[in-house]
Amino acid sequence: MIEVEHVEKRFVSWRKRGVLRRERREVSAVDDLTFAVERGTVCGYIGPNGAGKSTTVKMLTGILVPSAGRISVGGLEPSRQRIKLARRIGAMFGQRVQLWWDLPLIDSFELLRHIYRVPAARFRENLARFRELLELDPFLHTPVRQLSLGQRVRGELSAVMLHDPEILFLDEPTIGLDVVAKERVREFLLDVNRERDVTVLLTTHDLSDIERLCNRILMIDRGRLIYDGSVDDLLARYGGERTLVVDLEEPLPPLDVPGARVERVDGPRQWLRFRRDETSAAAVTAAVAQRANLVDLALDEPDIEEVVRRIYTSQPRES
Amino acid sequence: MADSARVYLRLVSAAIRSQLQYRTSFALDVVGMFFVTFLDFVAVLVIFHNVPRLGEFTVAEVAFLYALSSMAFALAEFGVGHLDALSEYVRTGSFDVMLARPRGTLFQVLGADFRVRRLGQLLQGAAVFVYAVSALDVPWNAARVGMVVLSVLCGAVIFSAIWVFVICIVFWAVEGREASSAFTYGGQFMTQFPIDVYSRWLRRFLAYLVPTAFVAYFPTLYVLDKEDPLGLPSFLRFSSPLVAVFAAIVAGGMWRFAVRHYRSAGG
Repeated sequence: MIEVEHVEKRFVSWRKRGVLRRERREVSAVDDLTFAVERGTVCGYIGPNGAGKSTTVKMLTGILVPSAGRISVGGLEPSRQRIKLARRIGAMFGQRVQLWWDLPLIDSFELLRHIYRVPAARFRENLARFRELLELDPFLHTPVRQLSLGQRVRGELSAVMLHDPEILFLDEPTIGLDVVAKERVREFLLDVNRERDVTVLLTTHDLSDIERLCNRILMIDRGRLIYDGSVDDLLARYGGERTLVVDLEEPLPPLDVPGARVERVDGPRQWLRFRRDETSAAAVTAAVAQRANLVDLALDEPDIEEVVRRIYTSQPRES
Repeated sequence: MADSARVYLRLVSAAIRSQLQYRTSFALDVVGMFFVTFLDFVAVLVIFHNVPRLGEFTVAEVAFLYALSSMAFALAEFGVGHLDALSEYVRTGSFDVMLARPRGTLFQVLGADFRVRRLGQLLQGAAVFVYAVSALDVPWNAARVGMVVLSVLCGAVIFSAIWVFVICIVFWAVEGREASSAFTYGGQFMTQFPIDVYSRWLRRFLAYLVPTAFVAYFPTLYVLDKEDPLGLPSFLRFSSPLVAVFAAIVAGGMWRFAVRHYRSAGG
């Protein structure tokens, strides 16, 4: 569905050197990128800020023209067939609001229906489905500017799905949402992926997004692909270590829990590290509860930045 | 084409409905428009009454010229005035959102907002036109009426084309709006006065390089049945449709070229 071959994107930047003299510099945002994504895949596209994620997505959607290499999305060349491609893809760009800010949510849907030439019957069907899945009814007639972030994201998600895109590009779809809202967004994405065989490419910093949604991970750093594989493999190799923070009723010596080791003790609080592939958070919690009276607990997941750092340091670096 | 026109009307109606969300601001906009328009009109009258002749033209003739140009410009502003917001769209990334939609980008930018205020200039131009016609003794016939309508329409296309052409600077320098609006508003001011008050090189510049002369000067000569004080060939009086088509093609090409530059330079 998506094919990227040796794609490069260079930007020219000018640096001031004195009053009139400026120095031309070429910066590579994406460097010799090659990958392919099959139809129906939910693919996590991850990497630290400034790694080239959004540049890639802009090239895949035809917004930017690559400096070198070949891109094919759904059999089309994005930069040359932008308008044709736009009918078949949906794109959500992070903080940029695509809905009409001052109008009721339903008006944006109506406008998009005409912009994308969605047949009226299909539009009604889709809207009914999304109203149910994302529970849009309470705010369907509220101006977008008055919606909460969670409501707005649900609105945006419906908006990008109205024209039945085959491919979805999502930039941080769950950022800033509370747990319930995040879960609703994930459910929705899994639903449309199952029901309509939609291919999804999403960028995220949230490891649980990846765990819940993705069956494939592409990781890039400084414009280069540094990991391409399954989620399980990634987590087992680099993101395996999670930390359970427990608050006990009273200070105790480090607990002895199978599969976990106590990393730190601070009064009644203890930090237990364990590997994802060896035991589960539930098992560790149960074991702790057997040995002491548990007051509170929290689970720390490694974030993407940490995973990237680990991958990066474990790779032979080119000079 | 018909579908695009419908979508454009929907976008514009959405923009007006958005503005109606802020009723006071909208009302002030409309009141301000009438006020400014009236003051402008008075200013124009004052100038015309204090200058007996401009070049070979009487005051009423100049007013006629001014009215044609002013209406054409107002019509252009009506359609493409919103291009002023382009640098904003490029800077905030809204332009990327437009590129991700299955429609032309120029079309989407033009439909993105709409200012009722722009009606003001049209009203003002019409008022000066009425004044000029009542002061002149024009032997009206179908051809002359047709020429007035045609020259206003073609003029609007020519002004719009210049506007589009110049605003493309934005794709190279996002903050380029100031430079280009100095150009378009300045250009309009010049066509409101007869060409022969300008020096020779400026005259050439205006008549050939910037085709704004076709907006009002040649059509005025025709409608008022005047000798061209510059002695230019008389077929030029009917050339504004050709110039309009030419300007539109050049501007369209420039827009495509600029957007391609933006897409390969990155935003």
